Amino acid sequence: MTEPLLKPKRKNPLARTTQPLLPPSARSRKAHGLTLAAATGRFMLQCCGECGRYTYPAREACPNCLSPELAFKDAPTGGSLLSETRIEVTSDPYFREHMPWRTGLVQLDCGPIAVVHLHGDCGEPGSRLTLSLQLDRAGQAVFFAKSVSEVPHMEDDPQWREMTADPKHRRVLITDGRSPLALPLAQVLKKAGAARIFVGVTDRWKPFDEQASLEAIEGIELVDLDLTSERSVQDLAMDIGAKVEILINTADHVRPARLFDAGAANAVREAMDHTVMGLMRLAQAFGPVMRSRGADGAAGAVAWVNVLSVHGLSNAPQFGVHSAAHAACLSLSQWLRTELKPGGIRVINAFAGPLDTEWFQTVPPPKVAPKAVADAVLDGLKRGLEDIYVGDVAKDIEARLFDNPKAVEREAGQ
Amino acid sequence: MAFSRARQSYEGVVLAVPVTVPYQRYSIETAHWWMGKALRALAEGAGISHRDFDGFSVSSFTMGPDVAVGLTQHFGLSPRHIDHVPMGGAAGIVSLRRAARAVQAGDADIVACVAADTNQVDTFRKTLANFSRFAQDASYPYGAGGPNASFALIARHYMDRYGATREDFGKLCVAQRDNALRNPYALMKKPLTLEQYMSARAIAEPFHLFDCVMPCAGAEAFLVMREETAVSLGLPFVRLLSAIERHNAFAEDPVQVRGGWVVDRDELYGMAGAAPGDVDFVQTYDDYAVISMMQFEDLGFCAKGEGPDFVRQHTFTVDGSFPHNTSGGQLSVGQAGAAGGHLGLTEAMRQLLGTAEGRQVEDAKLGLVSGFGMINYDRGLASAAAILARAS
Repeated sequence: MTEPLLKPKRKNPLARTTQPLLPPSARSRKAHGLTLAAATGRFMLQCCGECGRYTYPAREACPNCLSPELAFKDAPTGGSLLSETRIEVTSDPYFREHMPWRTGLVQLDCGPIAVVHLHGDCGEPGSRLTLSLQLDRAGQAVFFAKSVSEVPHMEDDPQWREMTADPKHRRVLITDGRSPLALPLAQVLKKAGAARIFVGVTDRWKPFDEQASLEAIEGIELVDLDLTSERSVQDLAMDIGAKVEILINTADHVRPARLFDAGAANAVREAMDHTVMGLMRLAQAFGPVMRSRGADGAAGAVAWVNVLSVHGLSNAPQFGVHSAAHAACLSLSQWLRTELKPGGIRVINAFAGPLDTEWFQTVPPPKVAPKAVADAVLDGLKRGLEDIYVGDVAKDIEARLFDNPKAVEREAGQ
Repeated sequence: MAFSRARQSYEGVVLAVPVTVPYQRYSIETAHWWMGKALRALAEGAGISHRDFDGFSVSSFTMGPDVAVGLTQHFGLSPRHIDHVPMGGAAGIVSLRRAARAVQAGDADIVACVAADTNQVDTFRKTLANFSRFAQDASYPYGAGGPNASFALIARHYMDRYGATREDFGKLCVAQRDNALRNPYALMKKPLTLEQYMSARAIAEPFHLFDCVMPCAGAEAFLVMREETAVSLGLPFVRLLSAIERHNAFAEDPVQVRGGWVVDRDELYGMAGAAPGDVDFVQTYDDYAVISMMQFEDLGFCAKGEGPDFVRQHTFTVDGSFPHNTSGGQLSVGQAGAAGGHLGLTEAMRQLLGTAEGRQVEDAKLGLVSGFGMINYDRGLASAAAILARAS
């Protein structure tokens, strides 16, 4: 059984903050097939298109038949432990700070042998294991093996914590309390053990529907935050920036506009100011301090979540402005991911279809309940995902984009 | 395969002038400096100019960005046979095999086989981090334990399967230390007891400190030529009777329990006209004692799985029932990168030339040297072995 992770002690303000380090991150281009799978929580390996055998490590030709057709394909996640070790000494600076480190050799049910990170609860050689592909602190895909059955507190395993962004004992900032996502997010995060939840609210004097419910959650704190004001964002970062381990950007601004309407440019400018520029201001204010706190104890800074519209991936004309703004947010978030990488902070994008809220009133179902987005974000944090697709519409668009992005474009708005 | 034929004999091929450039734990010099020292010692030992070496075979992990041909200019050589053998622990025997065929065919008369590596303060970490594509993709990111972690997985499995114990590994390590104390070149100068071995700090279970080689800087080298060349130069020599190499054998074994020696050992002994029991000493590639044990099995000294028992029944010092790694091996001499693959050869040459001084195996006529190397991902891929004999 894993030792439960205790609430970290208050940090000595005079103590130096441990600087973040990353595990070895060099990979071949082919190996990023695993990154693609890990980003969305899938388990995929190269599988030969001619002889059908799975192969690993990533290759350019099948060792059985030399076919170059080695696409990554979903694979069974079971395996058996062949051998294990506990590494006590390494010359790598990142792992040196995490010794001892348990690894094993696993015979995958689909054939190949994999060196894996081993969860502390895995049994002796011979044990059955369940594998997953995870993104480590460098953002690179690695195999992680756990025991087949659930064990109490298994999410607290220190090696597993390095592969995830579990909110337990961490402090979270939700950037827009007026978003319909704020309340369900706060509720699920509280339940998952978040130490404190800050919720940004513009114009605090203006009441809003969910204010009372939010304030009723223990450990929550409403704070002034106007994403359209650089001053406001900077002020909040000065105040709580060093206390935010997970930032969840829920900012959105949905207003219908037609491209050829007079004044459409104003709608675009306003939407961009709330979303893209809002994200930019957040990044500038909160990014540096989060990046510097990536190794700040067992509950250091760990993740930045953007809730984006799936239409940012391919424009939906009925929400053209919204789509364009979120496309820009996506590009900015990729940039942010690179900037936060040295801190080991993962940037997670949760792509949702239209939410079941007033601004999407005219859109036919299926629509996404805000609670579903909150659950998906929590799941993504706990599993260490990078791309999350929430709801049937988002999943449909994801699959169709993978299949043929031009078809998605031609069929949009029909 | 139907179209394979018996390999040709190595008759007439000899080795001369074993050279060891004394190791240093850390060096501020480059690999080239160590190669230069080795080449000079070869030339002085042979009594000729280094320009007379018309063959040059080099092994090194740290000679980058140079390649072998670049080194000819660096050292003022003008060879007609050139080789770069980046095969770690198998490099010595592979170099020897290629050099042997070159001198037999007349492509070269004298081949200088040189292995050298430096060890600057961060060299070892950099070598591990850039070792191979599979290691970068699929083993180094898992705790960055390097070969210690990879071989720990192999050792743990071997122990589980064949009943080897840490004491068995310790017995080999302790005997090698005893041998090393008689070798002025060995970096390890203090005796080692089994108690010290057992209680040393853990590195990667089941390995503890004395299971692991110490990376260092150094060079090993020797000359390969035809017998008549050695005679005309007036050089004492040893004969090459047979040699084998095999790579990526038994890929289907889930965990490595054997190496490629098994495939070719009948030829190894057949060409030498000898049986395992005939050799007077054995130099295995001892990056870890478990790998030496595997070599005892795979080279036919005992059956698969009997390695632990074999170790319990024998003594392994110079004067033991099974003289093994008489120099002290890499475990006690130090691992000078790729030179670790040549250490067994230079030591075997000294034993057969009768120049091993305080560690001389009595009346050594026949010696077996084995090489093993390149843990590209989860196992050592290269294995090689040679049988050498006293000139007469």
